[in-house]
Amino acid sequence: MNEMIKIETTLKDWESDQEVRWCPGCGDYAILKAVQRTLPQIGADPANTVFVSGIGCSSRFPYYIESYGFHTIHGRAPAFATGIKLANPELDVWLVTGDGDGMSIGGNHTMHLLRRNLNCQIMLFNNEIYGLTKGQYSPTSRVGTTSPSTPMGSVDRPLSPCAFALGVNARFVARAFDVSKNLPEVLKAAHAHKGAAFVEIFQNCIVYNKDVFNDFAAPKGAEDQQLWLEDGQPMVFAKGARGIALDLDTLSLKVVDVVDGDWQGAGVLVHNVTNRAIAHMLVEMPFGPFPMALGVLYDDPRPTFEESVLEQNARDAEGKEPDLARLLAKGQTWTVEG
Amino acid sequence: MASVAEDRPADSMMEGATPEAVVVRFAGDSGDGMQLTGGQFTLSTALAGNDLATFPDFPAEIRAPQGTLFGVSAFQINFGSTAIETAGDAPDVLVAMNPAALKTNLAALKPGGLIIADTGEFNRRNLDKAKYDASPLEDGSLAKWDVLAFDISALTVEAVKPFGLGNKEALRCKNMWTLGLALWMFDRPRDPIYNWLRGKFAKSPELADANIAALDAGHAYGETAELAGPLKKLHIDPVESEPGLYRTITGAEAVSLGLVAGAQLARLPMFFGGYPITPASAILHNLVKMKEFGVTTFQAEDEIAAICSAIGASYAGQLGVTSSSGPGIALKGEAMGLAIMTELPLVIVNSQRGGPSTGLPTKTEQSDLYQAVFGRNGDAPMPVIAARSPADAFECAVEACRIATQYMTPVMLLTDGYIGNAAEPWKVPDPADFAPFPVSFLQEKNHGDQLLPFARDEKGARPWIKPGTPGLMHRIGGIEKNPGTGNIDYSPEAHQTMTEARRDKVLGVANSIPDQEVCLGEASGRMAVVGWGSTFGPIHQAVRRARRRGVDVAHIHIRHIWPLPKNLGELLKGYDHVLVPEMNTGQLKTVLRDQYLVDAKPLNKVSGQPFTIAEIEAAIEGALA
Repeated sequence: MNEMIKIETTLKDWESDQEVRWCPGCGDYAILKAVQRTLPQIGADPANTVFVSGIGCSSRFPYYIESYGFHTIHGRAPAFATGIKLANPELDVWLVTGDGDGMSIGGNHTMHLLRRNLNCQIMLFNNEIYGLTKGQYSPTSRVGTTSPSTPMGSVDRPLSPCAFALGVNARFVARAFDVSKNLPEVLKAAHAHKGAAFVEIFQNCIVYNKDVFNDFAAPKGAEDQQLWLEDGQPMVFAKGARGIALDLDTLSLKVVDVVDGDWQGAGVLVHNVTNRAIAHMLVEMPFGPFPMALGVLYDDPRPTFEESVLEQNARDAEGKEPDLARLLAKGQTWTVEG
Repeated sequence: MASVAEDRPADSMMEGATPEAVVVRFAGDSGDGMQLTGGQFTLSTALAGNDLATFPDFPAEIRAPQGTLFGVSAFQINFGSTAIETAGDAPDVLVAMNPAALKTNLAALKPGGLIIADTGEFNRRNLDKAKYDASPLEDGSLAKWDVLAFDISALTVEAVKPFGLGNKEALRCKNMWTLGLALWMFDRPRDPIYNWLRGKFAKSPELADANIAALDAGHAYGETAELAGPLKKLHIDPVESEPGLYRTITGAEAVSLGLVAGAQLARLPMFFGGYPITPASAILHNLVKMKEFGVTTFQAEDEIAAICSAIGASYAGQLGVTSSSGPGIALKGEAMGLAIMTELPLVIVNSQRGGPSTGLPTKTEQSDLYQAVFGRNGDAPMPVIAARSPADAFECAVEACRIATQYMTPVMLLTDGYIGNAAEPWKVPDPADFAPFPVSFLQEKNHGDQLLPFARDEKGARPWIKPGTPGLMHRIGGIEKNPGTGNIDYSPEAHQTMTEARRDKVLGVANSIPDQEVCLGEASGRMAVVGWGSTFGPIHQAVRRARRRGVDVAHIHIRHIWPLPKNLGELLKGYDHVLVPEMNTGQLKTVLRDQYLVDAKPLNKVSGQPFTIAEIEAAIEGALA
């Protein structure tokens, strides 16, 4: 985000006049509401906000927000956003993408936007399926996912978007899910981060991949499987009864029991959002033996791409007059007399 | 080559009267610095006031194995005291730095022409690599040419001895020795080359001194050899040119300057998104040095990101520009469709090269006309402009910026590898001579209290609305939209209306372009030779020669490929024959037939080499026989 003038708005101000066309019950509705709830809280200005998306169910998102919106082409939203921010770094840019759009056809652009550290928020709606094309498996689908293109089950192993993001040098990585009450807080943290802020949002596709995240993201009863990370706080879950510790023999994470709230005694780690090595371990934790790591996993800002580019442009242009006539006559010239 | 030199008898150029134009080809190994030699000879020739045209021809490999036939790099220059429009058909002088260079270039040399060869490189090893059984310098096979063979390598090493260079470094100065000799032959000043060398080697003055010593030694050799050998000094008089300030310019430079000028005339900052590709990269390299004009350059991760970032910048209110060559243009196709659909300004420069696929990366072709005019999914109309020469590329780039911003549309500017790399003298234009076309962004709702992002002006263009403007929030995208509000609208009426609106807007560009002129000959008659792009030179000269022999033939050269000038159909119908020479298998020919039902006949060449004047002349003769 930018140092911006805060504007007073309400949730209603962020609702466009467009009819929302997602399937009834789709997780996208909850994310839309969470975003519309977040924007007034951060003082965002609709005139200065741009939502940019690619193609897919998630990418219809910009139409439903009363701000500037650009629904582009499949996988390329990061490239459009890069041009937008370089042309006008004052704009507050949000990217909306999905697991197919952002990790498959657009994986290349996501990678480069993150490594360059373009100052924007990236919301990747991960439903582990291609929804808009009617249910083919995606690069985040689990092995064995049956779909119209994999009737016997998919055989290729999925990727983890957050592990990908860390791997390509993202400076902010967070995770949440559609119906979580914490989603606005995560989005606020993403917005507060200066630089590329990558947020994976597990999203329930109720038509093609219903409830695949229920083990940790069910509206009720899955809380014990959620590890909500907070900077400076111990990594405990299951109402404080369990925690994450570092096994010094194997240099890997382990789940430990916490008795009577004595997390220190159990060796539970304290979350430090700038610890990149632990962040790598958190995103790689296999769900099942471990809980799902949620919240801000990593947050350690670096100079942004556009400020570096524009600073260099300004330095290069300093003291030079934009004299077109002189530019055209550059190099060795000669005069033909009349 | 230009006019008169071609017409004189094919005797030795070194005897008799001074010619009006001369063609020299420098050929050597990729590592011999032939492009540098040619470039510097071009500069000194321009400074001497001759008109000129050049043709750099080099392999795709960066450092092909030494001495091989495929590693030969050549630079041809045609210069004279009359107007020069092509790099010349056949060289008068061939400088061959090794056997491979001689072998690959000999066939082009004019009978009676002069060969200058470095005997130091005509050793057994290099002869083997060039697949010569015996040295051609000694076996009499070069009898129909004048041969001047001496050990340039040894002479260079000797000349640079005082500077303590290693043998390898010393031999690197060979090209300057050769250049010195060429400068002497054509009575060219050495000062500009001294200055250039001192600048180039500012950090290692000993290299500058060594190169200057080599240059001087070559020059001195000419003076000495004149006393004894076939070498004669020639002075080519300056060409009669319009008064004014001149410089040399390549097409890539002209495009870069034209884009900057165009953005200035539109009063816009410019954003350039590019990805490295031969031969288009030079534009990125040039623009990166023009930051003070509000230029931002971005080397994207791929061709698609390059164009998408440019569209993003246009959306945010700058003039987005991207450039590439055939394969990269293919990758950009989908994004062009989005720019057409969202009606955002964008300039796409295509430096065409031989295709399809990777094709001939360093050779020239004009085979992307279909791709430019038709190569997208859906009915996706886009204006297309083609530059005919390096200098013309400047005006074409300005024109592309004008159309893009005034009509809210992507525009494709076609150049090619030949135009991009070749140099010619350019009368430096006065920016004040170009009418500005300042852009205005929509600042308030345009339909009472309603915003209609797709309402159209009299040209059919929609308003340009920058994000950040209070009260004008709206959404755009690639989905078909309502003709006014721009909201998603798949209805039959919406798609019909919007498809026609996009088509009519682009066709309407024809109202803002000049009528097609006949650049040589009458506006009706027996034959029109119709060209586009870099075939201008050979077509023009071929038509001029045919007319001199009394043939009723005219030359028409089309800049606006799409939409075509409004009078073109009527104009073409005034000729009995229409001949369309193209470096493709007949693409403009097809468009002309389709648009005007004229019996346009193709003349095609796809060898990676430009047309010769003689080829086009023969085709004119043949068609009228």
